[in-house]
Amino acid sequence: MSIRITIDGNEIITQDGATLVDVAAENGIYIPTLCHLKGKPCLGTCRICSVRVNGNVMAACTVPVSDGLEVEVDEPEVSDMRKALVEFLFVEGNHNCPSCEKSGRCDLQALGCELGMMVSRFPYRFPVRIRDHAAKRIWLERDRCIFCQRCVQFIRDRETSRKIFSIKDRGTHASIEIDIELADKMPPEQIREAAELCPVGCIIEKGVGYNDPIGRRKYEIKSIRERALERKRK
Amino acid sequence: MRRPVKNETASHELPATPLDPSVRAERDKKIQVAMIALCGCWGCTLSFLDMDENLLRLLEKVSITRSSLTDIKRIPHHCAIGFVEGGIANDENIETLEHFRENCDILISVGACAVWGGVPAMRNVVNLEECFREAYVDSPTAVPGSKPVIPYHPDIPRITTKVYPCHEVVKMDYFIPGCPPDGAAIFKVLDDLVNGRDVNLPTSMNRYD
Repeated sequence: MSIRITIDGNEIITQDGATLVDVAAENGIYIPTLCHLKGKPCLGTCRICSVRVNGNVMAACTVPVSDGLEVEVDEPEVSDMRKALVEFLFVEGNHNCPSCEKSGRCDLQALGCELGMMVSRFPYRFPVRIRDHAAKRIWLERDRCIFCQRCVQFIRDRETSRKIFSIKDRGTHASIEIDIELADKMPPEQIREAAELCPVGCIIEKGVGYNDPIGRRKYEIKSIRERALERKRK
Repeated sequence: MRRPVKNETASHELPATPLDPSVRAERDKKIQVAMIALCGCWGCTLSFLDMDENLLRLLEKVSITRSSLTDIKRIPHHCAIGFVEGGIANDENIETLEHFRENCDILISVGACAVWGGVPAMRNVVNLEECFREAYVDSPTAVPGSKPVIPYHPDIPRITTKVYPCHEVVKMDYFIPGCPPDGAAIFKVLDDLVNGRDVNLPTSMNRYD
C-alpha cells in the first residue's frame, strides 16, 4: 500500500512496512548505519542510525514506515547523538587504526571519518581483552569487537545451522567467542564471508593481511555514504 | 614540577649573536607558530614538511619558533599557534605541554599519538612493571651476559604509568587525526587559522591511519 511520510520536511511516497533506512536511501537521504545489512533481519544493536521519528529517537533500521510518519535525520541534536555513539565505540575497545589489517575497509573507521570525528569526547578506556588464536584459520582480535552481533546471527554452521560465534557475559565482561570445532569446519569462502561481514577488524582470516595498498582500499575508492546510497537505489 | 637539573645547559641558554634588527622586525610582524613533539615518532613533523610548496605560502604569514626544524628548545615568547605531536608518556612531556599551554593561544593535537595516545598507548594494556621487564630485563635483544638495568637517573624523565592523549592533560583546541595526517590536512587547518576562518577539515581529508 502506498503511503506518505516526511523526512526532514520532504514528502516521500513509499510502501507501507518498508524499513526506514532503506526508504531514506532510496530517496537519496543518507542515514549512517553500522550493524544493519540490507536484506537481512534487523539487529538493532549499534543504534548508529538513530533518527527522530514523530519526536522520539529511534534506530531507523528497526522502524517499519507507516502513513504520516515525520522523520528528522539532519537535525543537530540527533546528528550529534549519532556521532557520540561512534565516538563511544572508539573508546570502548582498542581501535588502533594504524596497526589494523581492516584499516581502509573498516565500517567503523569509515563512519568516524564520515561523521567528522576528530577525537572522542569520552575518555579512552584501553580495556584488556585477550585475543583468540585457537581456531585453525580464524583469529579473533577482541580489542576491535563492537558487539554488533552480525557474525552471531548470520554466520552459522552450514549443516546444523548452529551458531559459530557467540557473545559471552554482559556489560564490561562481554566478549566475543568462537566455537572452534565448528569454525574449523567452515569452508574457505565462509571464512572470507565472516571476515567481510565483520564491520571492524575483529574476525581476521589467518594468513591474509594488508592486501590493498593505501589509496586503493575499499572506502578510499568510494565512501561509506556513496556506497549506502548507491546500493540501495538499485 | 621541575626536576632537579645538575650541570646542564640548554642550547637556547648559550650566548648567541643577536639577529639583524630588520630581520627581527619582519619576523615579529608574522604569526608566531611553535611545534613540539612529545611521545611520538616525528612522523607528523615530516608530514608538516609534506606541505611542500604550500609551506612557502604559509611562511609568508607565519614564523616558526620552537620546532624540530629550528632547534630552539624553549618558546622565546608568546605564540599564537602551538602544534603538538605525540602523547604524554613521561613527566617531561607533561612539563613541556603545560609550558606550551601557558604560552600559546591555540593548541592543536596533531596525529594519532596526540589525539588518543597512538602506538605508544599500546602499552596501556600491560602494567608498567611488565613493560620495563620486557624492555630492559628480559629483552630478547639484550647483549648476552650484560647486566639487566632499568634506567633511572634524575636527568632521565620519569615514565608515566599510562600513556595519555594531550587533551587529558591540558585543554587542546583542535585535533587533526591520522598516523600521520596528510600534509594537505595540516595545511588546511593552519591555513584556516592563519586566515581567520573557522577550522573545517573536510571528511575526505579525515583519516585515522
